Amino acid sequence: MDGSGKIREAFRKGRTALIPYLTAGFPTLEGAREVGEAYVEAGADIVEIGVPFSDPLADGPVIQGTTARAIEEGANLDYCLDLARGLSSRVPVVFLIYYNVIFARGVGRFLEEAADAGVAGLVVPDLPVDEFGDFGRLAAERGVAVCPLAAPTSTDERLEKIGRVATGFVYCVSVAGVTGERERLPEGALALLRRVKAKSGGAPVALGFGISSAEAAAEAASEADGVIIGSRLMRLVEEGGARVAGEWLRGVREALAPERAGAGD
Amino acid sequence: MQQKAGGEEVRAGYFGPYGGRYVPETLIHALEELEEAYERYRTDPEFVEELDSLSRDFVGRPTPLMFAARLTRAWGGANVWFKREDLAHTGAHKINNALGQILLADRMGKRRIIAETGAGQHGVATATVAAMYGKECVVYMGEKDTVRQRLNVVRMELLGAKVAPVGSGSKTLKDAVNEAIRDWVTNVEDTHYIIGSVVGPAPYPRIVRDFQAVIGREIEVQSRERFGSDPDAIVACVGAGSNAIGAFYPFIGRENVRLIGVEAGGRGLASGEHGASLAEGRLGVLHGAKSYVLQTGDGQVREAHSVSAGLDYPATGPEHAYLKDEGLAEYVSATDEEALAAFELCSRAEGIIPALETAHAIHYAEKVAKELGPGKNLVVNLSGRGDKDVEEAAKALAERDGR
Repeated sequence: MDGSGKIREAFRKGRTALIPYLTAGFPTLEGAREVGEAYVEAGADIVEIGVPFSDPLADGPVIQGTTARAIEEGANLDYCLDLARGLSSRVPVVFLIYYNVIFARGVGRFLEEAADAGVAGLVVPDLPVDEFGDFGRLAAERGVAVCPLAAPTSTDERLEKIGRVATGFVYCVSVAGVTGERERLPEGALALLRRVKAKSGGAPVALGFGISSAEAAAEAASEADGVIIGSRLMRLVEEGGARVAGEWLRGVREALAPERAGAGD
Repeated sequence: MQQKAGGEEVRAGYFGPYGGRYVPETLIHALEELEEAYERYRTDPEFVEELDSLSRDFVGRPTPLMFAARLTRAWGGANVWFKREDLAHTGAHKINNALGQILLADRMGKRRIIAETGAGQHGVATATVAAMYGKECVVYMGEKDTVRQRLNVVRMELLGAKVAPVGSGSKTLKDAVNEAIRDWVTNVEDTHYIIGSVVGPAPYPRIVRDFQAVIGREIEVQSRERFGSDPDAIVACVGAGSNAIGAFYPFIGRENVRLIGVEAGGRGLASGEHGASLAEGRLGVLHGAKSYVLQTGDGQVREAHSVSAGLDYPATGPEHAYLKDEGLAEYVSATDEEALAAFELCSRAEGIIPALETAHAIHYAEKVAKELGPGKNLVVNLSGRGDKDVEEAAKALAERDGR
């Protein structure tokens, strides 16, 4: 099955897909593998692996801190691919990766290696649809899905364009801002989800940026096909390790468990 | 993708293969809004009049083109002329762009201004125009730079701006840009980001270049007045590259004028500790644009080094990348040591303490003056004055001389 198929499948379980994020190489090269395992055991539907980049301009302080640490630990792209390979037989893996890392490797070569490691999809926060060029086509040829971002500031016209290129899911950014924990679901997030879904061309829509409690995740679930949780989990990993993060994630899983009519199609 | 020699974009937002808009989706709307505003106002008579009159009365334009008699004699080559951007209000060319952009921000109804700064000159320029237009202003500055450029921190605060030290990454300009972009993503509705150089996502490189091109236009007029022709060469320092592109722009494609950009050679190109991204960088994407970037094989951006805080940026504006590839401008470098020597030389020979950035251009100008020979005319863009650098320079000179 290609990346698009794996991602669609993950969203087709009749419940809101749970998509936890981890920074590859954080807290250590080995520790990140444990985090991935803990996520799978806690019931993750997709695992999002952040490929460390020196200048992560879409990320807030928590994830910035983890990526800086990971680079010091030696988390290079080869390691990230290896980490993905270890997880991808059990759960679909999506890379969160800044464009320069792809570009430095060579777009074609990178896509080939990603496909080979079982990476199902890519979120590239600094590659808006206008700059896709051949990227979407090349990714599709290698069976890797692309998951473009949609933002509160996106016009309807842009949302349509975003929906047209989304071969994975649409990554809906809950609020104008960077990644980070927020107390509650930002006002307007549900309305935004409705807008994005109306234009996503059938691609599932996952909400991310600032979801840091089971309550917020459950609230998002009334409209989102999936929820992405990053900063809160990375803080838990930092403070308590993989096990603590996994336990917390299980709680979110339970809050999201009830079946939802029509989910995912 | 062809581009005519004047550097006009053919594919929107690109200079040949360089440029573009590699930013989070959240910012696209703001960039489109900025582009529309710029298209609308750049030829609007009222806008042009306001910019022109403030350039004259507030900034002090046109800045002089001064004959550097003692350096001309000392070097025994071409006539050396200084384009005195150091005499512009706030002490550097940065004010040209900050002024243009505050006018745009005001017309777009933005109440809050953010900026990044390395050596502090762009921060001071932005704080200055924000004060003049009554806008809230936050300037991001690497922690390391807040220490080495303490004088400019004080100036910004006096002007009512908040200086936000950035402690992430290299704690210099690169990280200040990251932080400013993060702020902008978060406050995009009411905030305008005054980018300080010809970098960043489209349309910034073009807007900043256009506001800085006043330097080159004046050089053209003044050269004709003073020596009856175009200069034979124009030399300017290049960090991200705004003073250079401003001085070069009207002359791009004219075969009789050599355009020479001088990058920060730091401790020498071989040492790896420098800011020479055109010489040593590879094509990459940083801060929203595709250009030459100092990076590792894995695509991690490297820290740049220069004795001058204004030049230690690991990339260069996309238009410079294009000019280099097309052979429309030459790019060279000067080391920290060479820049320091030129800093001293210019101070003593001409009674002008130049910015350390500018000193890189002055160093290389000697070589060019000798190559050109007597009777030819060389313009050095004196991009800024060195008041901000005296403490750092004194320290570096004492170290050099073993004192």
